[in-house]
Amino acid sequence: MSTRTAERAAPPAARRRSPLGFLRGRSLHIYTWLVIAWLLLPICVMILFGFNDTQSRYNTKWQGFTFKWYGELFAIDELTTALINSLLIALLTMLIAGTLGTLIGLALGRYRFRGAGPLNLVMFAAIACAEIVMGASLLSMFVTLSAPLGFWTILIAHVMFSVSFVAVTVRARVLTLDPALEEAARDLGAGPLTTFRLVTFPMIFPGVMAGSLLAFALSIDDFVITNFTAGGTVTFPLWIWGSTRVGTPPQVNVMGTLIFAVGVLLAIGLRLIARRRAA
Amino acid sequence: MSNLDPAFVRGLTRPRRDFLKLFGAAGGGLALAACGVEGKKQAPAKQSDVQKYWAGKTGKGHVDFANWPLYMDPKKPELKLFTQRTGITVTYKEVIQEAASFFAKIQPQLAAGQSIGYDIIVITNGIQFGQLVDLGYVAPLDHGKLPNFAKYADAAYKKESFDPGNVYSLPWATGITGIAYNPKYVKEEITSFASLFDPKYKGKVGMFSDTQEIGNFGMLALGIDPEKSTAADWQRAAEKLKQQRDQGVVRKYYDQGYVDPLAKGDIWITQAWSGDVFQKNLEGAGLKFVIPQEGGTIWTDNMMIPKTAENPVDAITLMDFFYDPKIAAGLAEYINYVTPVSAAKQVILQDAAKASGEDKKTLTDLAASSLVFPTPADYAQLRHYRAFKNPQEQKQYESIFQPIVTA
Amino acid sequence: MSRRAAALTPYWLIMPGGLWLAIFFVVPMVMMLSLSLQQGDVVNGFQLTWHWQTYVDGVTTYHSQIVRSLQYGLASTLLQIVIGYPVAYWIAMHGGDRKTAYLFLLLLPFFVSFVLRTLSWQFFLSDDGILLGTLKSLGLVEQDYHVLATGGAVIGGLTYNFLPFMILPIYVALERVDPRLLEAAHDLYAGRVQTFLRVVLPLSLPGVFAGVLMTFVPAASDYVNATVLGGTNNTMIGNVIQNQYLVTQDYPMASALSFTLMGALLVGIFLYARALGTEDVLEVAAR
Repeated sequence: MSTRTAERAAPPAARRRSPLGFLRGRSLHIYTWLVIAWLLLPICVMILFGFNDTQSRYNTKWQGFTFKWYGELFAIDELTTALINSLLIALLTMLIAGTLGTLIGLALGRYRFRGAGPLNLVMFAAIACAEIVMGASLLSMFVTLSAPLGFWTILIAHVMFSVSFVAVTVRARVLTLDPALEEAARDLGAGPLTTFRLVTFPMIFPGVMAGSLLAFALSIDDFVITNFTAGGTVTFPLWIWGSTRVGTPPQVNVMGTLIFAVGVLLAIGLRLIARRRAA
Repeated sequence: MSNLDPAFVRGLTRPRRDFLKLFGAAGGGLALAACGVEGKKQAPAKQSDVQKYWAGKTGKGHVDFANWPLYMDPKKPELKLFTQRTGITVTYKEVIQEAASFFAKIQPQLAAGQSIGYDIIVITNGIQFGQLVDLGYVAPLDHGKLPNFAKYADAAYKKESFDPGNVYSLPWATGITGIAYNPKYVKEEITSFASLFDPKYKGKVGMFSDTQEIGNFGMLALGIDPEKSTAADWQRAAEKLKQQRDQGVVRKYYDQGYVDPLAKGDIWITQAWSGDVFQKNLEGAGLKFVIPQEGGTIWTDNMMIPKTAENPVDAITLMDFFYDPKIAAGLAEYINYVTPVSAAKQVILQDAAKASGEDKKTLTDLAASSLVFPTPADYAQLRHYRAFKNPQEQKQYESIFQPIVTA
Repeated sequence: MSRRAAALTPYWLIMPGGLWLAIFFVVPMVMMLSLSLQQGDVVNGFQLTWHWQTYVDGVTTYHSQIVRSLQYGLASTLLQIVIGYPVAYWIAMHGGDRKTAYLFLLLLPFFVSFVLRTLSWQFFLSDDGILLGTLKSLGLVEQDYHVLATGGAVIGGLTYNFLPFMILPIYVALERVDPRLLEAAHDLYAGRVQTFLRVVLPLSLPGVFAGVLMTFVPAASDYVNATVLGGTNNTMIGNVIQNQYLVTQDYPMASALSFTLMGALLVGIFLYARALGTEDVLEVAAR
């Protein structure tokens, strides 16, 4: 989700005067770091226990340091399949929701039209709706239609709940654009498609990227809605949930660590690109 | 979507203008949904059904197997041997965490006549077992394809009340629900159900969230035999369990994950399945399992073939393979549940004779264990699940016990 | 492009996504409404009988879980405001060049699966675990003291899991406060506390509102925290719905409860949105 902030404008140059300057000293600073530490504590535990040389099926006692689990990362076929399912679904969600959401975002940011109000309302409801209700209602529909649950129903659900997030992110970006640029392109003889390809799209690209990555993150982490729509298909979070009953193997920690690392690197990379463009 | 439900039409024509206006736009969707969720009770299978099902079906060289966690050695030696001998490959998945939720997951696909992606599923005799049979979701077995089963399965497992004559199922393993405790915290010998209700262990008792398991224990604690229980007995048992909960004795209702908290000390004493405790003890947890003097419950997990299975012939071949005493012995050595093949005992003793040291002791203990090879006296002490006559009865049962676990 | 065609452009743009939302978000809601009014069981099928009684039964049977869910949701949301506001404030006002870095740190947990994060708290807070085991051996807490299987553990888990969603919108709102306003307040001899209460706080309220929106609904409808960290008397309405759908398969009851929950939450949200304007809330929420 950091991508949402990654595209935020640079802080205003003016140095702020904090009205609560007396708190400025150490206390609030330390407090902020304490909260951050609290937030990061479980992650440290997860990473650490990926290196645990556990003998037991329950990876809960520290028994020495090892790299073994990184070597045996794919030793559990089921877990590997689950991870591949999760990655595939997240990737497809990113592409589909990214495209559909971008189109909606463009329409809402650029045009005034009847129907924008209801659309906003539906998107708002989809963002604010409780996950369990969305999952349950989708299950109601699939059950009523006797549709087979599995990979495709998960994908449908993930695109459904992430498309609004993409649309809102892209719209925010579109609203910051100067329409004069597009007009200028058209005055210079560019057709609508050329204008979009050469002018509009490059300018909204950071928004599209941020929205799509958000869709990816929402999809790969989703448990509740997936649990309702998965049928016999297993994704990474579902597998972990099931495994807690018999002991979560260290491979889960390793995969969690790797997903974490990739996410962090991606976010930092995007940030660097954005900075270079700005410079 | 074929026939519009008359009740729906009546609903539409009722003078409820405001309501209609409210859902006017939604009408289309409602009409679509109005036919309801389909489901139909099927007549029991006859010999002709068996022939009809199996006619023209041939092996395809692959089986997809859905089972419960920890129900086979993770290295899958039995399956490797099977592939070696027959050339049939097996995909084995530990996807069944709980009978009810597994059933709820596969039910829509079975209802739609679609493959669920598994050729063998393992289902405990209980509510969902009955539903699978009643709805006609499982294939009737062709006993002409089950020579090992005919030869080696114990007589007791050929006439179980939930599937007499094994029309739809073959037992995978049988287990006992009893009490497990951690002697590190519990300083007395546990012998009775009373301990589960003892306020002394306030906040340290684990119970199962499965309505049948918890209902059974409530009844047994009151001296009621679950198999012969009445609705009035269920109410009394529910009262007892409610009291146990409201006094704060129960810490949590578990579906599967009770062994780890027991070993860690989050709970001290709990409802438990025999084999789980044995497996945990292999890691040196030092837990104890007892069948209370009032008796425990016995259940059987059964292999079934969904009617929509893609490889039923390969599936039935694999099912029969597990009845080879050598294979059955190998399974029992790992899972520590009761095997339906008592000839496996001889095989285990032979293995023990060949082994040495620690292994020898483990194997000898295993062959002598009443939890893997119960004696007739042991069997006499065990009680069976209540079989429900119809969905109404089952619904009544669940409406009594469900509110206890979801307080 | 003709003017007429141009007028149609936005409709072409929104069509695929709009249809997706209509078919897979709006229609399922209608289907669920229908299912909630049906009667029957899995074996014999369900029939639409306009059985409104299910709603009455649902609310009477599970009112304590509904009330508990709202209480837990509210408690965790309040805790998040109390814990999160100072953090958002400090980063917005004193973060300097490192603002993004701080925000990035706050968002790091989201790179780890929600399920894993919750499970690692279960591991951490175990009765004889790293934290309590140590405290017990030091004699700092009673032997039978436990955190897991209590309402506090569930509320704590909810607070932890959704805290960043509270901090971000507040931060965005605070970050937008024009520094000149603060100078103006200073020039008009407003004290620091006065400036905060009269200028900063009111300006940051939309952020707090957006934060509540982002956190209250998922917290009140969650069932993962209650399952992992709770005990016998911490069941939330999400657990009941989940159980009715995926275990008991009483689809009508499950649907009726979902609808009740959604109704209760949506009414609140729409009142919110009316007060603030949807656009604004959406925008702050999306940041």
